[in-house]
Amino acid sequence: MDRRRFLNVGGFSLTAAFLAACNVDRSPRAQRLLDLAEHRNEGVERSLFQHASMNSAKDGAKIAGSAFPSYFISSTVPVWDERVRGPWALEVSGLVQNPRRFSLEDLRKLPFRSQRVDHFCVEGWNAVAVWQGARLSDIARAVGVTPDAHYVDFQSFDDDYHESWDMDSAMHPQTLVAYAMDGHMLGMAHGAPARVHSPVKLGYKNTKYLTKIVFLPKRNGGYWSDQGYEWYGGV
Amino acid sequence: MTGRHHWVVRVTHWVNAIALTLMVGSGLRIFNAYPAFARRGEGFCCYPWEHKAIPDALTFGGWLGGARHWHFALMWVLVINGLVYLTFIYLHGEWRDLVPRRGDARDALAMIKFYLFVTKSHPRQGKHNAMQKATYFALPVLAIVQVLTGLAIWKPVQLGWITALFGGYVWARYWHFMTMVALIAISFVHIFMVFAVDPYSLQSMITGGYREDLSPEARNARPFYHLLPRWRDRAAHGD
Repeated sequence: MDRRRFLNVGGFSLTAAFLAACNVDRSPRAQRLLDLAEHRNEGVERSLFQHASMNSAKDGAKIAGSAFPSYFISSTVPVWDERVRGPWALEVSGLVQNPRRFSLEDLRKLPFRSQRVDHFCVEGWNAVAVWQGARLSDIARAVGVTPDAHYVDFQSFDDDYHESWDMDSAMHPQTLVAYAMDGHMLGMAHGAPARVHSPVKLGYKNTKYLTKIVFLPKRNGGYWSDQGYEWYGGV
Repeated sequence: MTGRHHWVVRVTHWVNAIALTLMVGSGLRIFNAYPAFARRGEGFCCYPWEHKAIPDALTFGGWLGGARHWHFALMWVLVINGLVYLTFIYLHGEWRDLVPRRGDARDALAMIKFYLFVTKSHPRQGKHNAMQKATYFALPVLAIVQVLTGLAIWKPVQLGWITALFGGYVWARYWHFMTMVALIAISFVHIFMVFAVDPYSLQSMITGGYREDLSPEARNARPFYHLLPRWRDRAAHGD
């Protein structure tokens, strides 16, 4: 019996025995306990969170390049069609003193930031890329975010995809509105013309095909968070 | 009937057994979302089954998000339970039966010789023989490694220094998996030995009581040899 089979057979009997005894993974009481644990874990994660904790991809790690997976929820790659929708702009609004629309040129005028970091997917893989763009904190400063803004919603033109974040993570120095990747303008598969990218959140929190950034007093869920993945999704 | 396991040890043992099983099940479900270790765009040297999923029947939690919720909830049960156990055996003295000592290697060799029919009578090495001691000592050590590798892949940025300690995210994930394999392997050997050598010890992990006259030493038991008490012994003890 090889190790794999040994592992399989054993794991099966134990798990099956337990599940047969009580169908524990479906019960509402279990769900309430899991919700409580998620809530408590968010508290722990927020208390661990530091702006000084930075990620940098391991020396010698390969840039994923074309092996960088790309996901979107539309049936085809979302493409911003200027003839239909007019020139793309990023609308920044909500709890801000000066709501503003940023063209790609406007974004490029903000201080340029380039970082070679990991991308951590909820599925467990990581991928290295160089992300280039503007810090979200610089955008927030430009519009004058008010102190009652505790959350940010990142919205897209990939159907109704969006994810909201806590302010702390959004203001992390490595949280970017990226318009370039690995030295090229962002490709269609990776969220062109601009997307959120930060190593401090799991991939699904990093909205691609960005259209709106809305500063909010309360959280606003998200596409995957509403389907049962952790809302916080912090790394 | 002598008292063998304090109730704290018994309760933490069974809580651990259930929590660990569910952690393995939910962990395998999470693993199945990307059943490989390679960073995207790279290969991975040290796992022969890259991209081969674990059969669903062995997993727990139903889907990736559900399994993650279970995993991140049960980790607290496992950690708190482990701390209760370690604190207890430290304060109550049971740790003395478990820490490795000089002579353990010799004692383990004596046990192996006995199991292989080289020597005739069961060595008497106290509450646990040297191989048991090694096992029960290794389990909490592996558990600590498992918690650390778990933290390393849960928070590779905020706790990046732990991740770096294990050689980065990819390796930390690998060590988290391999430590699980080691925990499973040890658990199976443990369960096998309970049934093959000392099934009477099951009672001691439930009610706490243990009949020394049924111990492997008293029965001169090897795996599957002298599993039943000899009638003469039974008669002698008035059963």
